[in-house]
Amino acid sequence: MTNTEEWDIEISPKTSLFQIDFKEIWRFRDLLSLFIKREIVSVYKQTILGPIWFFIQPILTTLVFTVVFGNIAQISTDGQPKILFYLSGIVLWTYFSEAITSTSTTFTANAAIFGKVYFPRIIMPLSKVISNLLKLCIQFLLLIFIYGYFIITHKTTLNLNYNIILLPFLVLIIMNLGMGIGMIVSSLTTKYKDLTFLVTFGVQLLMYASPVIYSLATLQKNKPQYYSFIAYNPISPVIEAFRKSLLGGVVDYGMILYSFIVSVVLLFTGLIVFNATDKTFIDTV
Amino acid sequence: MSTVIKIENLGKQYRLGQIGTGTVSHDLNRWWAKIRGKEDPFLKIGEANDRTTKGNSEYVWALKNIDFTVNQGDVLGIIGRNGAGKSTLLKILSRTTLPTIGSLKVKGRIASLLEVGTGFHPELSGRDNIFQNGALLGMTKKEITKKFDEIVDFSGVERYIDTPVKRYSSGMYVRLAFAVAAHLESEILIVDEVLAVGDAEFQKKCLGKMKDVSNKEGRTVLFVSHNMGAIKNLCTKGLLLENGETKIYGEIDDVINQYFKKSDAAEGYFTSAKLDKSEVVFIRSIRLSNQTGRATEIFNTGDDLIVDLELESDEDISKPNIAVGIKSKNGFITIGNTMLDGNQMPDLKKGLNKLSITFRSIPLLPQEYFLGIGMRSYDCKTFLMTTKEIGYFNISTRMVDLGITKPMAEEIAMDSVSPFIPYEWDFGNGNIQSFNILNNVIK
Repeated sequence: MTNTEEWDIEISPKTSLFQIDFKEIWRFRDLLSLFIKREIVSVYKQTILGPIWFFIQPILTTLVFTVVFGNIAQISTDGQPKILFYLSGIVLWTYFSEAITSTSTTFTANAAIFGKVYFPRIIMPLSKVISNLLKLCIQFLLLIFIYGYFIITHKTTLNLNYNIILLPFLVLIIMNLGMGIGMIVSSLTTKYKDLTFLVTFGVQLLMYASPVIYSLATLQKNKPQYYSFIAYNPISPVIEAFRKSLLGGVVDYGMILYSFIVSVVLLFTGLIVFNATDKTFIDTV
Repeated sequence: MSTVIKIENLGKQYRLGQIGTGTVSHDLNRWWAKIRGKEDPFLKIGEANDRTTKGNSEYVWALKNIDFTVNQGDVLGIIGRNGAGKSTLLKILSRTTLPTIGSLKVKGRIASLLEVGTGFHPELSGRDNIFQNGALLGMTKKEITKKFDEIVDFSGVERYIDTPVKRYSSGMYVRLAFAVAAHLESEILIVDEVLAVGDAEFQKKCLGKMKDVSNKEGRTVLFVSHNMGAIKNLCTKGLLLENGETKIYGEIDDVINQYFKKSDAAEGYFTSAKLDKSEVVFIRSIRLSNQTGRATEIFNTGDDLIVDLELESDEDISKPNIAVGIKSKNGFITIGNTMLDGNQMPDLKKGLNKLSITFRSIPLLPQEYFLGIGMRSYDCKTFLMTTKEIGYFNISTRMVDLGITKPMAEEIAMDSVSPFIPYEWDFGNGNIQSFNILNNVIK
């Protein structure tokens, strides 16, 4: 008789390894959009400059990089305008690092609310990644503006090429990587808090192992022994490809495919770990 | 009546102590057992969740062997003393954690009334928070917009609706939170003790709304509270948890009666040991009985309350003073006190002494009461025994049985102070000394 009964929710200790209830996520879509809105609006609540802060951060970072790495340390930018060279790397890198750091606190930062009410937990990291995506779009505007400025004033050939159509795909790879790594970290931190410390400075250090302040070509010329190590960092081909599609150069499609495969593997690992954690994390956090 | 919640053999195990050291090795052990298709090695250990006894195992069952079904429209009161497993059960029901064993099946949506502040973002206005809270509970924007005015109206915070909620008082927080949850179109509503906050008027409103929700809208309510009056008033069914296991599940009156019974000793009989080494006298036992002489913890309004005391003294004490008082949660409501009534207690012998006090026809309201007992020397200056709270009893008469049918009578009675009670002493020397303050009033 029980077999014929229809239950909307069935809960038992056993859960399948990989299970995402898309119907449920759809039902909570309004929550997702509210969270995204909250993420963006709460950044400039009670500030004087408001949304201008979205521009100030990349501008100042670019200026500091130009002075420190470009002028003082004299690291080659392959003859490209320094500002554009650094800004294009910084914009993508910022998205990557913010996606990781903001999703990696999903469980610890929301323990109070997760402990009281049920909603698909995936909504949380999803909202972080999407709200940061919107910030990325705003910062692309800045990049376009400065790019236009360089075309008009410097009259240099910047070699914007057809590879730019890869951009959405590149952003997708960063999204997968950021969300995947973030979810793995957030799941593990519920039991092993040591990881929190690792992530905060680990992501910062990782930037130096990615071609943000230098190009892979420069690296190969000066320090070939590090080349393969940094080239196979999955974020490296993405930043390189983006920069080359803006400023000219040969894009290595094979390496982009490599990055994509790594990002998908990490994303699915993240989903599985996250899924296994979100049911009972409240007992261990 | 269709079944909307079905719980089978539900259990939840927790690990005691610090999480951290040894976690990795236990995790690896578990994982290894899983790989080989064996049972979790740590699931076997574990004992019932009695926090007063020191267990041997690192693992404890916060819930065990829970089986029950809830029909549509039922209002189920979940009661139990602190640590009985109520919150754990609610956590599993509201899907914030998984059970260790067993299963839970539900028809329809479950919404739990959030604790004060959770789900509220302090920077956002009341308006934005209504939407966010509603969305958290699974409502769509459309549903919330439709109910928005009703929610604001019920919460009574209209004036502050565009103010960030960080400027709200805690009462306003709860009003808003309850309003959102109560207007949510979920089939099952979980309410956990939130009514403790908020003023009497709002509590009344909430209880009324919860009645409507179940009676008129046919929704199922699960209600957790220590307020037996509210439980009795609102619930049709009850579940009593004790040490993580079901003590009784059934009609609410039976469950409440069971709640007031002690599990480990005879009913109406309380024992104690010497709690304070420096004191000369201690209470060995207390026996409560009514006019029929039957030992009990459950009395009706108008019953006699006979308190038999066994006092043990380390020395002979000349003409001491004793006070036996009845306490409610509001403090002492009446007291038999030889320091006030002019009666004199005979000398206390070294060893066991017996005495009793009878409170005649107690005009007490339905509540849970405790006994507070203390002793002083003849000159009242030194304590022979500071006031100890030992023993409790419950008045189970309902206000309806007293002919009082006004709404909320049960709840008001729970919070009211009872009147003064005449009483008489029997010090075991064949001499009964009575006291009734009304007899002393000069007409």
